Amino acid sequence: MVSLPACLALSGLLFTAGAAGVFLRRSALLGLISVELMLNAANLNFVAFWRHGASADGVDGVMFALFSIALAAGEAAVGLALIIAIYRRHRAVYLDELTELKG
Amino acid sequence: MEFWAHWLWLIPFPPLAAAGALALTSRRRRRRAAVLAVGAMGASAALAFGAFASAAAHWGERAAVGFPWLQFGSRAFYLGWVLDPLSAAMTLMVAVVGLAIFIYSLGYMAEDENFVRFFCFLSLFAAAMLGLVIANSLLLLFICWELVGLTSYLLIGFWYQRPAAAAAAKKAFITTRVGDLGFLLGLVWLANESGSLLFYNGGRGCLEPQTVALLGARGAGIGGLSAAAAIGLLLFCGAVGKSGQLPLHVWLPDAMEGPTPVSALIHAATMVAAGVFLMARVYPLFGSEGASLVPHAMVWVGALTALCGALIAVAQTDIKRILAYSTISQLGYMFLGLGAGGVAVGMFHLTTHAFFKALLFLGAGSVIHACHGEQDIRRMGGVGRFAKVTFAAYAVGAMALAGVPVLFAGFWSKDAILHAAHHWRPSSLPFWLGVSGAVLTAFYMTRQLAYVFFGTYRGEGEPHESPPVMTRPLVFLALMAVFLGFVGTPALDAFGGFLSGERPRFELGALWEGGALQTMGLSTLAVALGFGLGWLLYGGARAAALGAMDPLERLWPGGYRALQNRLYVDEFYGVTVIWAQEAFSKLCAWMDEWIWGGLVAAWSAAAVAFAWLSRLIEEYAINAGFDAGCGGLRRGGRRAASFQDGKLQHYLRGIGVGFAVLALFLLWGR
Amino acid sequence: MSWSAAPWLSLLTLTPAVGGLVVLLAPLSPRRAAAFSKAVAALTLLGTLGVLAGFDRGAAGFQLVEQRAWAPQLGMTYFLGVDGLSVLLLPLAAGLTLWALALSGRWLKESRAYGALILLLEAGLMGSFTALNFFHWFLFWELSLAPAFFLIKLWGEGDRHGAAAQFFLYTMAGSVAMLVAFLALFGAAGSFDFPSLAEAARKGGWAPLLERGLRLPAGAGPAAAMALCLAVWLGFAVKIPIAPFHTWLPAAYVAAPTPVTILLTGAMSKMGVYGLARVWLGVFPVEAAQAAPWLLVVAVFSVVISAAAAVAQKDMKRMFAYSSVNHLGYCALALTAVAAASGRAGAEVSRQAAWSGFILQMVNHGITAGALFGFLALFEARTGCRRGLDEFGGLRRAAPVFCGLMGISAFASMGLPGLNGFVGEFLIFRGVFGLAPWAAAVSLTGLLLTAVFLLTMMQRVFHGPLRAEWRGFSDLSARERLAMAPAIAAMFALGLWPNLALMWCNQTVARLAEGAEKILTSML
Repeated sequence: MVSLPACLALSGLLFTAGAAGVFLRRSALLGLISVELMLNAANLNFVAFWRHGASADGVDGVMFALFSIALAAGEAAVGLALIIAIYRRHRAVYLDELTELKG
Repeated sequence: MEFWAHWLWLIPFPPLAAAGALALTSRRRRRRAAVLAVGAMGASAALAFGAFASAAAHWGERAAVGFPWLQFGSRAFYLGWVLDPLSAAMTLMVAVVGLAIFIYSLGYMAEDENFVRFFCFLSLFAAAMLGLVIANSLLLLFICWELVGLTSYLLIGFWYQRPAAAAAAKKAFITTRVGDLGFLLGLVWLANESGSLLFYNGGRGCLEPQTVALLGARGAGIGGLSAAAAIGLLLFCGAVGKSGQLPLHVWLPDAMEGPTPVSALIHAATMVAAGVFLMARVYPLFGSEGASLVPHAMVWVGALTALCGALIAVAQTDIKRILAYSTISQLGYMFLGLGAGGVAVGMFHLTTHAFFKALLFLGAGSVIHACHGEQDIRRMGGVGRFAKVTFAAYAVGAMALAGVPVLFAGFWSKDAILHAAHHWRPSSLPFWLGVSGAVLTAFYMTRQLAYVFFGTYRGEGEPHESPPVMTRPLVFLALMAVFLGFVGTPALDAFGGFLSGERPRFELGALWEGGALQTMGLSTLAVALGFGLGWLLYGGARAAALGAMDPLERLWPGGYRALQNRLYVDEFYGVTVIWAQEAFSKLCAWMDEWIWGGLVAAWSAAAVAFAWLSRLIEEYAINAGFDAGCGGLRRGGRRAASFQDGKLQHYLRGIGVGFAVLALFLLWGR
Repeated sequence: MSWSAAPWLSLLTLTPAVGGLVVLLAPLSPRRAAAFSKAVAALTLLGTLGVLAGFDRGAAGFQLVEQRAWAPQLGMTYFLGVDGLSVLLLPLAAGLTLWALALSGRWLKESRAYGALILLLEAGLMGSFTALNFFHWFLFWELSLAPAFFLIKLWGEGDRHGAAAQFFLYTMAGSVAMLVAFLALFGAAGSFDFPSLAEAARKGGWAPLLERGLRLPAGAGPAAAMALCLAVWLGFAVKIPIAPFHTWLPAAYVAAPTPVTILLTGAMSKMGVYGLARVWLGVFPVEAAQAAPWLLVVAVFSVVISAAAAVAQKDMKRMFAYSSVNHLGYCALALTAVAAASGRAGAEVSRQAAWSGFILQMVNHGITAGALFGFLALFEARTGCRRGLDEFGGLRRAAPVFCGLMGISAFASMGLPGLNGFVGEFLIFRGVFGLAPWAAAVSLTGLLLTAVFLLTMMQRVFHGPLRAEWRGFSDLSARERLAMAPAIAAMFALGLWPNLALMWCNQTVARLAEGAEKILTSML
């Protein structure tokens, strides 16, 4: 069985990669993908803590992960729809050109 | 007498009415104007005769009338007229001389385009002068005094288009006004002290013993003078101005710019004598011990003027100016007589002088007429051959003026003055001044006669005699110049008795008493000396033509030039009084602009400066500070707003950093 | 309401006020407006003559009194009345207004507002000559200022804006000093009615009242009272004006249209002179007596210096303006001398003379100065507003009647007996001599200098050879003669029969001469 620190290190790497992608990539699409990476790093943590935790015989952790994946799917659907709407409007999906949130 | 006194105002009334009517008469109606003016003056003369007859019938009496004129509050100033010997004699003299001159003027002014206006002014003058002499109130006297001054102004400036005439008129008015201010001050002082300006008012008048004693005893508050003396001196100032005495004599020679009848009537016979009359009228005021200063002042001023006037007359070349200086000199004699010998002495000379000086002026006018308007005696000569009546009359006048013994009026009146001066206690100098003046009088009259009537004619054209309307008054006045003297000889002093109220008695012995004969002898000597010297210098054909040197100038050039320039009195005034007055006016105007106006301007400038200052503070301190604060806020906001740049990733980075900080804080913060 | 109980004085003020507003606001043609203005002015003049007719010459006190509560909390009553001191000023002001309108053809044609402003000015004059309450009086005092300001500013010439502003601001400054002083007096006495104020101060002056009423520290009362007295004096000194507070005058008189100058000098200056007597001396009898010896110096200074300054002028209008200061100086001189010796025993005759001269001089100056400026208006109409002394000569040849009548006015101004100027000045000198001899003696210089500048004017302008350019200078037309005739007639009438004016005020004068404190208190 893979040890908890290893899992946590992997999830940390994944999260860092996702965060870096969200912070640095210009493309909204890749940002969305990076968000998925971060979510999956969280999922990995759920599963890892479940497996090494006190109630390892239940299915709580897996259920958490499954809900999280479903949520991520919904989020991706909404996000993609938004990206498409933005693309329709701007003919581009570069995040640094989208400044409508400015006050 | 009461009747005549009551109706005395009717004497000045006809000329006054005539003046009013003539003021509204068209200048083309010359004939009507002449009839009106001469008729009015004739009526006045007739009434004056009546008044005089009444006064003579009631020898030594006095009747006075007074009525309130200027009512103020519960008090009033009174006007009124008085019929007494003084006013009766003066009225008659003024009316008669006036009538003669009115008639003469008909001829003299016949060619003038403003004939009507001339008679209007002349009538106004006659009215004012007659009012002056009948006045029983110092206020009425002052009013008439100013009015004769006005008519004098108007008539000197009658030919107003000549700048010299306009200037002379102004000079006369202003110079006499200097004296008039003294008169006015004396007038209000008298009113203040005595409470009455009526001369005679049943014991309460200001010339009656009670008031006189009061005024003589009361101090004036200035250097120990009595009120009577101070008032008298102030009134004398007025007399000095009006009668052309030193130092206010400068206007009278210039006044000769007026038409010659005006010079005769106003500036020789009547108006200039008003000063003498004034002092004679208020003479009772100086009766008290405390007021003896005033007669002293009259003696000294009179004697000095008598000499100076005669001196200057010696070197003049204008026929009328010679007579003008002669008038100044003779008025000086009158004051000398008034101060040294009393009213009768001064008034007698005033009366005789009025006739013979009017005669001389009218004669001079006739000569000027004869010589086609020429007034310079150097361009005359030999006129006696062409104008015999004028010459004869003029010679009579000249001899009366010089005081040729026995036969001429001037001898008796001047002798009375010299006699009085001789007996004047304080000093004998005025007497000798008077005698020297007498020598000079004979001298300058000889010079004038020689220049004008003897020798050869040096002018242009041919002289001619004047029309009868001009020569007849001359003859009349010449007769008066001879016979009038006999009413006032020491032997039969009818004139003096009339004025003083005593019955005169014929006493041939009086001629020998009290040194009278010595004085007569001395004055005869003086006249002879003057005539002799004059004839020696100017007799025959020795008179100088224009451009040549006057014989006296050859003899004594420096003195002659000084006298010719009137002893530089005008120049002296020019650089002192007139200069000072102009400088003071300029100073006042300057102060007005720069000090009083300047203070206001400075005040307003200070206000404006303050307004600017507050504007600057407002704009650059208060307003700018506020603006800077607002700008800072806006810039801060803009900078703050720039964080919210709408870039998702920037926000996320912010969140990231926040989390990181939070995490670090949670880990190590506490 | 009976005939005699009608509010005549209110009507006198209201007539020109309402008339002025009607002219200003009603859509009349300028020609109609001019006729209407003149009609209103004539009506007012008739009213003043009516007041004169109804005036009881045998009584000394206030007559035709109207007294009603107005704002009692503020000490304000509606309080009007006339006595011998003021009754002659009413026909004078009304007559001058009508006369000024008669001479204003040029400006009346231009605008309705001109006539309206003149009528409003008249309303201010009437109001301030009849008011006996400070508040009421002050209202009209200020009311007259505004029309005068606009008349100068809108229809003046030369530096009219500057002159109008200076005139307004200078007078305003004086008024403010006066207002402050009266607020203080109100604080001390609780009333704005002049008689009440005078009554309060009759004994012992204002010092104790001020100390009590304003809670001043003990001992500060006399100084405060004197300061108030001088503040009020200053207000009047500016208005009259007395030198050296006169510098607005030459500028304003020269800039104003000449008919307006007639009103300024003839009537408006009288507001100051009258106020000095009624308000200053009436309300401050004690303080005025203390200050008078010094103010006498100022009055003498004013008389002499303004006459001397007139000698140096080159412009006839400026010359007449300074002459005006000089003549009003005689009024100030008489009044200050009276104030200085208000209680001196044995000087009653002198005080009566001074008071009579004071009143007569106000009337005379109105007539004479009005006439001189009136002739100047006609003069300017002929010469295109040229009036330099050196630009003329020999006009008497071209226009003998013009020069003759103007010469008569000049001699009246010089104080020639037989004309009106003499009687007033003589009475003033008679009175002042008895009260302060040195002041009378020094002021005589003014008479001499007046003769100097007026004769110089006549010498330069009327006499000498006629200049070619003025050969066409036309003589007075029949209409102009008619316009000037009343003034000339008045000069002769008052000069020969001064009782014509003095009989209205003899009773009042006799009362006034008893002492300055009688000016207001014993008149009711």
